[in-house]
Amino acid sequence: MAAAQGPLSPHLQVYKPQLTTVLSITHRATGVFLSIGALLLTFWLLSVAAGPALYAKTSAVISAWYGQVLLFAFCYSLYYHLCNGIRHLFWDAGKGLELKQAYASGYTVIAASILLTAATWAAGVLG
Amino acid sequence: MSLRTPLGRARGLGSAKAGTRHWWQQRLTAVILVPLTLWVMATIVSVTTLGYDAITLWLQSPFNASLILVFLLALFHHAQLGVQVVIEDYVHSEWQKISCIILVRFLTLFAGLVSILSVLKVFLGI
Repeated sequence: MAAAQGPLSPHLQVYKPQLTTVLSITHRATGVFLSIGALLLTFWLLSVAAGPALYAKTSAVISAWYGQVLLFAFCYSLYYHLCNGIRHLFWDAGKGLELKQAYASGYTVIAASILLTAATWAAGVLG
Repeated sequence: MSLRTPLGRARGLGSAKAGTRHWWQQRLTAVILVPLTLWVMATIVSVTTLGYDAITLWLQSPFNASLILVFLLALFHHAQLGVQVVIEDYVHSEWQKISCIILVRFLTLFAGLVSILSVLKVFLGI
């Protein structure tokens, strides 16, 4: 194909960051990040299937500080992507596309993802 | 450089036929993943705190194992579709783009199968 002479999309760097654009690019970034997380989930399931010895080693890595930091990042990314994904589904249905609504749902997504992460973390620590 | 307009070049070729399917499957897997993810997160946190035996016991229930399998199928399909769109948007060299898409397809298929077989192994207790 020799038709690559026209403008290429998206040129993110020429726009001033706004809540809507930042949330949009974060949705993509968390999506890619969570795909890596899915590969780690595979390893976790593999270690469960392999037996208690390998599972204990995997658990030790998850319990270490770097494992916890990574787990927290995956946890927040998951809830963010989930909440913002619901926002996208409403948009696909043609609802909530007004600027005011888009901002309101954007702030709701941030609040909901923080609350869900906090709830999950509290359940994990207390449970 | 051809003097034909982009519309003139595209006219008569028909659609790519596959665009709607990709878009629709992305949404379909998203919808099913919302309740499944919340269920996985709620149960996995409580089960993992109880230790290894609790996890295997939990996975040996047909209800739990089936839901986990549906979750894994939807998850890896959703990931493949999503990462492909990101690659198509940001990788502009044609051979690099196609190589990345094939690699992601293979990785998600492989990881998905390993995950599913791991769950089945625990479920069957073998």
